[in-house]
Amino acid sequence: MLQGHQTWVFDSKPVISGCAAVGGPFESNSALADDFDRLNEDLWLGQDSFEKAEKKLMEQACEIAIKKAGTKKEDVQFFLSGDLINQITSSSFTARTLGVPYLGIYGACSSSMEGLALASLLVDSKFAKNALAATSSHNAACEKQYRYPTEYGAQKPPTAQWTVTGSGAALVSQEGEGPRVVCATIGRVVDMGLSDPFNMGGAMAPAAVETITAHIRDMRLELSYYDLIATGDLGRVGHEIAVELLTKHGISVPKDKFTDCGILLYKEDQPVFSGGSGCACAAVTTYGHLVNRMKKGELKKVLIIATGALLSPMSYQQKESIPCVAHAVSLEM
Amino acid sequence: MSSKKKKNLTPTQQQYQQIAKSKEPKRPILLNSIKAFLVGGLICVIGQAIKMGFIHYFEFTEETAGNPTIAVLIFISTLLTSFGVYDYIAQWAGAGTAVPVTGFANTVTSAALEHRTEGFVLGVGGNMFKIAGPVIVFGVFSAFVVAIIKLTIEALGGI
Repeated sequence: MLQGHQTWVFDSKPVISGCAAVGGPFESNSALADDFDRLNEDLWLGQDSFEKAEKKLMEQACEIAIKKAGTKKEDVQFFLSGDLINQITSSSFTARTLGVPYLGIYGACSSSMEGLALASLLVDSKFAKNALAATSSHNAACEKQYRYPTEYGAQKPPTAQWTVTGSGAALVSQEGEGPRVVCATIGRVVDMGLSDPFNMGGAMAPAAVETITAHIRDMRLELSYYDLIATGDLGRVGHEIAVELLTKHGISVPKDKFTDCGILLYKEDQPVFSGGSGCACAAVTTYGHLVNRMKKGELKKVLIIATGALLSPMSYQQKESIPCVAHAVSLEM
Repeated sequence: MSSKKKKNLTPTQQQYQQIAKSKEPKRPILLNSIKAFLVGGLICVIGQAIKMGFIHYFEFTEETAGNPTIAVLIFISTLLTSFGVYDYIAQWAGAGTAVPVTGFANTVTSAALEHRTEGFVLGVGGNMFKIAGPVIVFGVFSAFVVAIIKLTIEALGGI
């Protein structure tokens, strides 16, 4: 049901009956390594290209999520997925493997929550019993797509971020055990005219703020209602900006509860500059770490705001600025 | 950002960019320059040593030792790139590893490696000079212009 301008409230509260987080070798040493369902020691995953490796990651995540929910892929009605490779290749090819009716989505790094919101909508409206939402990113494949060759020796500025190698998948069901999806706020595209691809956090922070503001307006609540509010991949730079902007908008930010998946994921001593980024950043942190904490009873109400920079190599070549979007999903246990 | 670009921004965008700018950690320019000076200098010292080695042990002259020296440096850079270490050194050294010939070798090798999975012809062949290409294009063009100027001056009687 629509509430306010842009928030869907799911009356039946669909449940995340199974979810999975898989990662690569760099993630094996991350701060949240224990929360991953599977960590691959090989960046290539035994494939002959990084692009194929990313597809493999997503296949692993989907398989584990379905298995953890105690169901079979034949019982999954729809598969919604998005990623960063040209024309969402990893998603479509995973859909080929799964053989489940497929809807490709694209919201850059906001794809994780876009997928989860849409899957919940399908389940809540009884158009599906089980809907699978997934997303993935691969550090080397993404660098190749958006920036320079991986072995190219260019010095990155401190605002740069580290693309997460991994994939997250969540099976949303009408029945089952797990965190429930309460509502979702779909964000507007915000463009503040920034064009530096090495400062995504700075570009995306206003989109996150826009969606958070819309969420608390539509739901008529305070941010302190949540036990944890996590943005997707703003990194340290974007996170600081977001706190300042929210405060400026007159929204009180509970500092100990407001965090970012890109900051949570990696250890301080890992060379990730401002923090983690990529589709998998919000996905693996949510479907691994945060869901685990909810299941342990440490967190009851969580708001995840996945942020996406909607640039492309083409828009960058045409000297365009970076439009950004953010989608928020509220989970309760 | 150029002032021309700034004119097209709305007041809200300009205001935001000021906030974003103030929160942006600055590149440590002085430290980076010192590192670049040290590493760049070290590469040149190694180059000089190789050159003297060629003159001393292989009967090259001051003029002819240049080419084999560069070849050796390129080989070392290519090897380090292939082993996946060059980008780590470059993150520390910045311009120190980018400006000497080793940086140029790195651009070519890294692009070739990156696109190896797309095949030898369309992958490696088509993309090897993706980053190095502009340097070659404008390098050759500048040399052409300078040569024309030189020839013109000579034809007019010279200086």
